Amino acid sequence: MRFGIVVFPGTWSDRDCHYALHDVLGQEADYIWHKEAQFSGYDCIVLPGGFSYGDYLRVGAIARFSPVTAAVERFAHSGGLVIGICNGFQILCEAGLLPGVLLASSHLQYRCQWVSLRVENGYSSFSSKCEKGQVLRMPISHYEGNYYADETALAELEANGQVVFRYCTPSGKITEGVNPNGSLHNIAGILNREGNVLGMMPHPERACETLLGSTEGNLIWESMIDYLQGSS
Amino acid sequence: MTISREALDKVALSEKEYNLIVQRLGREPTEVELGLFGSLWSEHCGYKHSKLLLKALPTWGKHVLVGPGEENAGAIDIGDGEVLVMKMESHNHPSAVEPYQGAATGVGGIVRDIFTMGARPIALLNSLRFGPLTDSHNRYLFNGVVGGIGGYGNCLGIPNMGGEAFFASCYSGNPVVNALCLGIADKAKMVRARASGKGNLLMLVGAETGRDGIYGASGLASRTFEEEQELRPTVQVGNPFLEKLLIEACLELAQTDWIVGMQDLGAAGLTSAAVESVARGGAGVEIDVGKVPRRDENMTPYEVMLSESQERMLVIVKRGHEDKVQALFDHWELRSDIIGEVTDSGLAVIKEGKEVVAEVLVNLLLSPPLYRRRSKKPAWLTELQSFDMATIPDLRPRQCNSTLLRLLASPNIASKEWIYRQYDHQVMNNSVVLPGGDAAVLRMKGTRKGISLATDGNGRYCYLDPFLGGVIAVVEAARNLVCSGAEPLAVTDCLNFGNPEKDDVYYQLTESIKGMARSCRELRIPVISGNVSLYNETKGQAIYPTPVVGMVGVIYDINRYCTMSFKDEGDLVFLLGAAPSRSAGSSEGASGGALGGSEYLEVVHHLIKGKPSIDLDLERRVQRCCLEAIRRGLVKSAHDCSDGGLAVAIAESCIVGDIGFKGEGCRMGGRLDDSLFGELQSRIVVSLPAGSGAKLEKIAARWQVPLALLGKIGGRRVSMEGCIDLPLAKIRKAWGKGLERLLG
Repeated sequence: MRFGIVVFPGTWSDRDCHYALHDVLGQEADYIWHKEAQFSGYDCIVLPGGFSYGDYLRVGAIARFSPVTAAVERFAHSGGLVIGICNGFQILCEAGLLPGVLLASSHLQYRCQWVSLRVENGYSSFSSKCEKGQVLRMPISHYEGNYYADETALAELEANGQVVFRYCTPSGKITEGVNPNGSLHNIAGILNREGNVLGMMPHPERACETLLGSTEGNLIWESMIDYLQGSS
Repeated sequence: MTISREALDKVALSEKEYNLIVQRLGREPTEVELGLFGSLWSEHCGYKHSKLLLKALPTWGKHVLVGPGEENAGAIDIGDGEVLVMKMESHNHPSAVEPYQGAATGVGGIVRDIFTMGARPIALLNSLRFGPLTDSHNRYLFNGVVGGIGGYGNCLGIPNMGGEAFFASCYSGNPVVNALCLGIADKAKMVRARASGKGNLLMLVGAETGRDGIYGASGLASRTFEEEQELRPTVQVGNPFLEKLLIEACLELAQTDWIVGMQDLGAAGLTSAAVESVARGGAGVEIDVGKVPRRDENMTPYEVMLSESQERMLVIVKRGHEDKVQALFDHWELRSDIIGEVTDSGLAVIKEGKEVVAEVLVNLLLSPPLYRRRSKKPAWLTELQSFDMATIPDLRPRQCNSTLLRLLASPNIASKEWIYRQYDHQVMNNSVVLPGGDAAVLRMKGTRKGISLATDGNGRYCYLDPFLGGVIAVVEAARNLVCSGAEPLAVTDCLNFGNPEKDDVYYQLTESIKGMARSCRELRIPVISGNVSLYNETKGQAIYPTPVVGMVGVIYDINRYCTMSFKDEGDLVFLLGAAPSRSAGSSEGASGGALGGSEYLEVVHHLIKGKPSIDLDLERRVQRCCLEAIRRGLVKSAHDCSDGGLAVAIAESCIVGDIGFKGEGCRMGGRLDDSLFGELQSRIVVSLPAGSGAKLEKIAARWQVPLALLGKIGGRRVSMEGCIDLPLAKIRKAWGKGLERLLG
C-alpha cells in the first residue's frame, strides 16, 4: 500500500509515521509538502502531529487553508482513507471533514503520557483488527485535545458508531478520572459519517515496537492495510 | 580617558579594560567598536574569570572529535559513522527577569548550537534550581520556566528527556535554568562554524533583527542585577515555529557542499557570530549593517550588531552557490540576505553603506584580559564543616515511618512527573526509558546501540565542600548512566556561581572545577563542551556553587538496558558498594559520616552542615562492577542511592515497580538515621532473581566491591526490619504528590 504523509511547516510526527509505516510495517510511504495542490497514486493520506504553522491563531486554523488541504478534502470526498493524528485531527475538524472541535485541556497543561484506549467499534476501516472492548495502550502528547461537539452532533456520533476510541482505565472502564484532557464522553478518536476519515489524539505511530513500550498502535495501521487490500 | 563612567557601565567594562583597549588600538574606540569589545570581552563571551581555571578539566579522549570552545558544541565519535554533538548552557538571568521567555529562548539557543553543526537535535534535558515553592514569587518563576521549556521544546518535536530540579532558599530570585541538547550527525557531514576563503559570502537567515536583547551578554549575563524590571527589554522573545523551520532548512543545507560553515546568533548576536567564525577560519570579515533586515525602524549600527533577536543563523556560503542556498531557504519560507563577505585582512570591518563604523583586528576582539585571583578557604566554611553530628539525637525506630514519608514528599526527592509530563518526551520514536529514572535512554535507529543521558549537581554538597561537591557531581552523573547499563563517554557542564570578584565565590569556583577535573580523570570521562554562568546573586547573596554535569553514555546492546524499578516477587535486593556500617557516624568523627549535607539533615533538623565524603577508587570499582552485572544480564534493576539515602532509594524502586519490599539487612549498625537516610556515596541498589546471587558475589569479589543482601521483593508493603513498615500506596502518595501539593 502507498501512504502519503502530509508535511506542513511545523509538522513533527511525519518522520515517526514514516518510520512506523515504512520501517516497521514495510509499506510504501512518501512525504507530501503542504504546497502541493494535488497528488495522486496514494491509497491513504496521513495528517501527522506537530505544530503546523506554530499553532498560531488557533490549532489547525492556518493549515486548513494550505493548498494540500483542499486536495485532502477531495481525496476524502471521493472515498479515500484519511487518518489525522493529534494536530492532524485538529486540522480535520477545522476543515470540516470531522464534526466538533478540540479545545484546550481542562487542566490547561500540555500532557505527554501513556493512556489506555477502549475500542468502541471493531469493524471500521481503522479498527477491524481489534475486538470491540479491547484496550490499546499508546501515548498522547497535546495541549488541545479536549473534544467538544454540541449535543446533537454528539448524539449522532454515538448513534452511528462513529466514536472509535475512548480513554479508559487499563481494565477498560470509562471513568472521569482517567480522562486526560476533559474530552466529552472520554472521546479519543472519531470517524466521519462515511467511515473513511479518522481523527484521533493519541499517537499510534509511537506505539509501534516492544522496545518503545507498546505495539498496539500497529493494529490501526494494519486494519487500514487490511481494508485497502480488500478493496483493491 | 575621555569616556564617561556611565558609557562604560553600559557595556560592563572597567576603566582599566578600557585603557587596555585604547592602548592596543592606538586610539579611542568608536561607539560601535566599544560595543563590540563590551560584548566580546564580557564574562559571558570572554570567560575572563574562568578561562584559566577551566584548563584543569581533561578534554581528551579517544572518542573526542571536537572539544570545548572549538565549535558551538562538543562532539564524540560513537562508531558506525555517527557522531554525537552535545552542549549545555545557562539562561539563569533571563529566566529570573522573564521566566517563560527566558527559559524558552534558553532552549532555542542550545538547540541552534547543535543543528549549527549539522546535527539533528534528538534530546533535550534541563537542570533547574529554584527557591522554595512555598513562596509565591518562586512559584511564578517555576511555572513560567516549566511553561517556557515546554512551550518552545514541544513545538520543535525534540523529546525532552527530563533532567533534575532542586529547591533551596539561596535560589530565590535567582533560579538556575540550564538546558542541554544532544544531537546526532553523520560524521562526514559535520559542519564547522568557520568563515574562510576570501570572497565567500555571509548570509543572514531567519528572523529579522530587532532591538531585543541588546546588552544581553554584557549587561544581563555578566554582572549581578537588582533592578530586574528595568532589564525586561534585554530578554528576547522566542518563536519556536521559526526555529523548527530553521532546523529543517539548515540540516538540509548541511547535506550539500554549498557552504563553508554555519554559526548561530546567540549572545552578542551578529557581533560574536561573525567575529568568532572568521577567527576560527583565520580570516577577516566585512559586514554592511545596512543589508541586515530589521523589524524596528531607525536602528543604529550599534544596535544591529548587538541585537540578540532569536532564531537567526549566519551561513558562510561559497561564492557562486548563493542562489541555490537562497532557493533552499525560500522553500522553507525563510528569509535570507547576503550581508557581507569574508576577507583576508584579519580585520572585522563594519560598514553602514559606504561609511566604516568599526574596524578592529579580529584577534584583538577575542583576546580579553584573563584574571586569576587568590583562592582562599573562607573561615565560615571550616566552621560549617566541623559540625558535630553527635549533638543531634538519633532517630527512634517509631519515628522512621514518618521520616521516610516526609523525605519522599520533599520536593527535592518527590516525583518530578508534574514537570516532565508537560514535555513531549516520546516524539522521534526513540525513547526507551522515559524521564523519572536515574538516566533517560534512547535507542539509536538502525543500530543495536542506545544512548543514556543524565544531569547532576548537588549545590548543597558544593556549598559545604566545593571540591567534593564537584567530585560528586561528576561521579553521580556517571553512576546514573551506569545504572541504565551505559558506558559514560563525555561530559558537558554548566558552572553556575556567584560574583567571581568575591573571594568566597572565587574559592568555590576554583575548588569545584578541581573536583570535577579529579573525577573526570579518575573515571576517564572527558569534558567536551560547557558554559559558565557567573554573577548569580540577588541582594548580595550568591546561590550555592552549582556546577551542573550533563553526561552522555552508550549502551552497546540496547536489549540490555536497565531501569530502577523492582520487577518480580521473590527477587533479591542487594546493595553494591560501601556498606552503611562504614559510615556509621562514629568512625568518621565530627564530620558526621554520611549525614553531612543530607536531605535528611535539612528536612528534619533544618541544618545545612557537615560535608559529604567519597572514596573515588571505590566509586570507580562500584560502577565497573554494576555495569558488568547489567551487561551480563544478571540484574533486573539498578538504582543509584543518592538524595535521601538507602531507605528512599528502596522506596523509589518499589513505587516505580509497583511492588513491595521486605528488608532484613538495611540496618547495619551505627546510627539509625545514618543507616536509613545517610547519603554515603558509591552505592547502588540492585535486584536479581534468587538464583543469581552467587554470580553477583563473584563479580563483586573480582572488583573488590562490598556486597550486602538487603531483602526480598514482594507484597504490597515496604518494610525494613522493624523500623519502617508502610503500605506501598501510602509511600506512592507521599512521593507522587510531593511537588504537586505545593503548586496548588
